[in-house]
Amino acid sequence: MFLFRLKRILKLGIKSLWMHRLRSTLTALGIIFGVSSVIAMLAIGEGASRDAQAKIAQLGSQNIIIKTAKPTEDQSALGQQQTLTEYGLTYADADRFRDAIPDVQVIVPNRRFPHQAQYRTRRVKVEVIGTVPWYPEISNVQVKLGRFLGDIDMQYKEGICVVDEKLVNDLFAFDDPIGQSLKIASDYYRVVGVSTEKTSTTTSSNTEEKDATGATKAGANLGGIYIPLTTVKNRFGETTMQMSNSSGRTLERIELQEIIVKVFDIDQVLDTRKSVETLLKRYHKKTDYEIVVPLELMRQAKDFQRIFTIVLGSIAAISLLVGGIGIMNIMLATVSERTREIGIRRALGAKKRDIIFQFLSETLILTLFGGILGIVLGSLIPYLVTYYGSMPTVITGSSLTLAFGISAAVGIIFGLYPAYRAANMDPIESLRHE
Amino acid sequence: MIMQKSQKIAGFKENMTILKMEKLCKNYYLGSVELRVLREINLTITSGEYVAIMGPSGSGKSTLLNMIGCLDRPTSGDYQLGGQSVSELNDDQLSMIRGTRIGFIFQSFNLISQLNVIENIQVPMYYQGFTEHESAEKALELAEMVGLGHRVEHRPSELSGGQQQRVAIARALANDPLIILADEPTGNLDSTSGSEILDILNRLHEQGKTLIAVTHDEGIAAGAERVIRLFDGCIDKEEYNKR
Ligand SMILES: Nc1ncnc2c1ncn2[C@@H]1O[C@H](COP(=O)(O)OP(=O)(O)O)[C@@H](O)[C@H]1O
Ligand SMILES: [Mg+2]
Repeated sequence: MFLFRLKRILKLGIKSLWMHRLRSTLTALGIIFGVSSVIAMLAIGEGASRDAQAKIAQLGSQNIIIKTAKPTEDQSALGQQQTLTEYGLTYADADRFRDAIPDVQVIVPNRRFPHQAQYRTRRVKVEVIGTVPWYPEISNVQVKLGRFLGDIDMQYKEGICVVDEKLVNDLFAFDDPIGQSLKIASDYYRVVGVSTEKTSTTTSSNTEEKDATGATKAGANLGGIYIPLTTVKNRFGETTMQMSNSSGRTLERIELQEIIVKVFDIDQVLDTRKSVETLLKRYHKKTDYEIVVPLELMRQAKDFQRIFTIVLGSIAAISLLVGGIGIMNIMLATVSERTREIGIRRALGAKKRDIIFQFLSETLILTLFGGILGIVLGSLIPYLVTYYGSMPTVITGSSLTLAFGISAAVGIIFGLYPAYRAANMDPIESLRHE
Repeated sequence: MIMQKSQKIAGFKENMTILKMEKLCKNYYLGSVELRVLREINLTITSGEYVAIMGPSGSGKSTLLNMIGCLDRPTSGDYQLGGQSVSELNDDQLSMIRGTRIGFIFQSFNLISQLNVIENIQVPMYYQGFTEHESAEKALELAEMVGLGHRVEHRPSELSGGQQQRVAIARALANDPLIILADEPTGNLDSTSGSEILDILNRLHEQGKTLIAVTHDEGIAAGAERVIRLFDGCIDKEEYNKR
């Protein structure tokens, strides 16, 4: 009985909507766009968030990354026409971290700078990373072919290197890189291993973080080449000399671009960060360093994601609201257009609630139809965004249910008033209506 | 169900009173102006009667008919339908009475334009909870009875006025009502279609249905057993036609 009525009401609703196909479709468009924007925005937001999380996770949640940062120049220094500035992390800092901080598992000092590399006749710009054999312990870089740097290489300052897959593509094309020699400055380095692509120490998605040095910034998209730190010291000198970006006159001298401290347990990260900061403050007059804690970034990214979701959600909700008002508008027009039909039905025995159900079901059919099309379209948009905009997107089941639920709610909320109006019209007045 | 009970009342107890109005008044208010459309109407109708209501335009015929059909409530006075006082009923109960005891036939047919013949006839049954199958079967029967068995799939716009009015009659019969109310049923029709409709009404009367028809048509009045003449909201004259 109930099912029969439901079927009958749905049939009637579809019939009436079908009579005004164009109008129904245009009305449903509001819901279609509303629902699809909810899904698409949530998918883009979720995708961006997961992408950021993954990038930060690559930095290592047990790591504390200390990077050399150019100190903000004071006016007096500018006036003096300095030709040489010395700043940044030092080997002494690395030693102090090792000796003074209790929970340290590994310390990796790095030299990073961009340089030209040559193989046969081909030259590309690369990022030289002077590091230690235990570098893989603090990063997710994996050796794909051959081996990573060894203790012997360090000890004998060998002219060897490990290249990452990006560099292999850039420089070697179809040659097997292992055993080949490539030239940097005037020296040759024999390739002993190939690693996965280096992780950038910058997280592009996080606005608060700035690139520490020109070197790492420039190196972000370059192929990486790992050389023993001792070899780098030997061949490039104890420090990196570079022209300052701001005024070509000034030479800069940097010992270490980066020190990465890994603790045993995630719980020790924040305390260790404090100790690192205290130590640095004691020995550095200027703030020529920057401390990056991936764990904190991760938390910030989560907060950011939440705000992002709320903002996107509100925008989408407003568009749904507009769609809902459009539906209400059309339903009110429909009701007044069908005043006579309502009068006839009332004269033939329809109760008020029969009329309410009739018009409410029409609105519901319209919004659910719009909701379903919106879900289809909304699932398609993220796919296109990923395909053409190469942006990660993730459609979650909960966003689909949310969108569908919202469209149903919109149908009920915005359908109730027109249906109520229809049901409360005076039967005689309605019958007289032209 | 009420429907079955009403059938019994209509079928077995000939000449019992099914409708009784006492001092029934209806006022409309246009702003502060009081419009007394019906004034102290006293009316009794027994089952199986064929009553014509006549009178000049604006004399309150339609208002009286709507009152009988429970589409409207009286301002004062008493109205008993089938032994039940209508003024005490709520909106749902009035709907129920309209759906089960009253069959309406209008001057302008009032079919639902998006529904076909069968579906139009099904509408009153739908609100009484008939299944699709039951109501479709009965609707087809009724369509055949009014001579439209071959037009069941047609929309109202594809039918002539006379045919539309026949659909409306079939629809009025759908729930086996106690009373059939017709408000100028031939008013929009040419004389040929009009007399077809009259024939059907006469046939219904012969079958024992109670009929009340508002009309300007002396032909209908002549076929009726009783003619009530309204003037300015009062019953001016009541005549019984001799057979
Ligand atoms: N809803 C209403 N509001 C105000 N006046 C009305 C209303 N309905 C009917 N009337 C008035 O009541 C009088 C009787 O109307 P009606 O019963 O339709 O007359 P008839 O059917 O005899 O021509 C008319 O003067 C009409 O203007
Ligand atoms: Mg009238």
